[in-house]
Amino acid sequence: MIGIEWYLGVSAVLFIIGVIGVLTRGNAIIIFMCVELMLSAVNITLVAFSSFMGDVHGMILVFFVLCVAAAEACVGLAIIIAIFRNNITADINKINLLRW
Amino acid sequence: MEILNDLLNYLPAAIVAVGGLVVMMMDGYKAKSRLIYQTTMFFLAGALVIATYDLLYQEVGTLFSDMAASGSTAAFGTFIVVFGTFFTVILTHDYLIGVKHNYPQVYPLLMFCTVGMIVLATANDLVTVFIGLETMSISLYALAGIIRDKQLGVESALKYFILGAFSTGFFLYGIALLYGATGSTNLSEIGAYTDGSMIYWGGVSMLLVAFFFKISAVPFHMWTPDVYTGSPTTITAYMSTASKTAAIVALVLILERALPYAADQITSTMAIIAIMTMVLGNTVAMVQDNVKRMLAYSSIAHVGYLLVGLAAGTDLGFTAVLYYLLAYSLMNIGAFGVVAYYEKNHDVHFNNIESYAGLGYKQPLMGILLSVFLLSLAGIPPLAGFIGKYLVFAAAVEAGLINLVIIGVLASAASAYFYLRVMVYLYFKESKEPVKLMKPLRVYSFSLVVLAVLTLYFGILPAGITELIASYFSGNGLAIVP
Repeated sequence: MIGIEWYLGVSAVLFIIGVIGVLTRGNAIIIFMCVELMLSAVNITLVAFSSFMGDVHGMILVFFVLCVAAAEACVGLAIIIAIFRNNITADINKINLLRW
Repeated sequence: MEILNDLLNYLPAAIVAVGGLVVMMMDGYKAKSRLIYQTTMFFLAGALVIATYDLLYQEVGTLFSDMAASGSTAAFGTFIVVFGTFFTVILTHDYLIGVKHNYPQVYPLLMFCTVGMIVLATANDLVTVFIGLETMSISLYALAGIIRDKQLGVESALKYFILGAFSTGFFLYGIALLYGATGSTNLSEIGAYTDGSMIYWGGVSMLLVAFFFKISAVPFHMWTPDVYTGSPTTITAYMSTASKTAAIVALVLILERALPYAADQITSTMAIIAIMTMVLGNTVAMVQDNVKRMLAYSSIAHVGYLLVGLAAGTDLGFTAVLYYLLAYSLMNIGAFGVVAYYEKNHDVHFNNIESYAGLGYKQPLMGILLSVFLLSLAGIPPLAGFIGKYLVFAAAVEAGLINLVIIGVLASAASAYFYLRVMVYLYFKESKEPVKLMKPLRVYSFSLVVLAVLTLYFGILPAGITELIASYFSGNGLAIVP
């Protein structure tokens, strides 16, 4: 049987990849994908803990997370479309009306 | 029937949720914008009456098998949130007509956002905290960009969305780690845990980072000025008061019930963050020429004062924080309300401080109201802002954080400069070009007068409300964790 630390390790690595992606990429849609990656990493952690402790609460929380991620995708993509219509770009380095 | 009883105790949220659905359907069937507005006000007025009743009489307890709390801080948070929404909707209706973007979609979004805030402020379980926080945030992303053909608004929505979603990731990871360390998501059960493992500390820090993001404490404040400047002004008022109130009430609950074991470490962290927030917020606000942006930085500074109270971490500190939230909501909605009034007569660039020259004499009532709110934000004695700051700093002195208080008082004194600067422009400068201001609607000026009167009232007679809040934390209040 695979120990819990492997699951936690994978999810931590995925989470860090997501964070680095958000901080370094310029395209709004790729940033958004990285955020989704972070949420999925958390889901792995939750399911691992839940399964190893024999407690269902964590798994139920995963469903809430999936739900919220879908709602967030909905609003987020709408905002990205709106900004694309206004600026003809999804590159956040060129979206700089507001500074300081 | 237990569930019915629970629902009865959760009535403000239920009314607002049903109201939101009704209003959304009315929009779907192309009802008149004015009718939608009136229906929204009807539901919010009902919720406000019940929230006031709950504030005074609701018993302390937990609802929905320990998922939510009722009474004490929960009732207080609900009251401020519903109260803030009530006034925001009045101001927003007029503002959106004024800037000629009268989207009726704003009302259901505001209602759903309010539901999220109530859920957040009454949460007793990390799952409920998460659901409330996300319902609130997702509605706020959409509200920030509600004027969707204006570049500024959409850009602020994008920034808010990316950083908000990013912090959500941290928040969830924090929950997952705390769940793994303690085996539960219930706040009191997490509070019973006293065995600091690395997973536990990782969870606590991730959770705090996410909350600092949401309440815009330095160094997680980057999004605040941009989002507050770009959003419609009355929505900014809503974001800076109601959403912060809900998040901080939830933070108070988490600190008090779930993390007493980590209290010492949290106090030192909070103290450092509070110093950075107060100093940066106040200094950068000084060099702003855009009034809206100045108010955004001032709201960062006010979060700093709130964090001083949280750093104290005593019952006195939490009492001060809750009082401060009430005072801050009153004066900040008021200040943004007057700014919105000036703005809707012109265009967005009107928010530049130069163009405020001589406006105090054009519409005397609005000038006086803005002065009252700004003086209260600066913390000048007979107003609520002063009592709030006094209580926060007194609690910190009591807890022995003298250095923190000295820096806080100095920063607060410096803040008088940029608030008074606006008043100097209002009254002592001549305007270069003739400006015409429309008369404000009667309901608009009346609601601002109500806010100003309440600011004055809670400044002169704070005893009633502070005693009410203090009773939450002593005896039968929430301070049940030894």
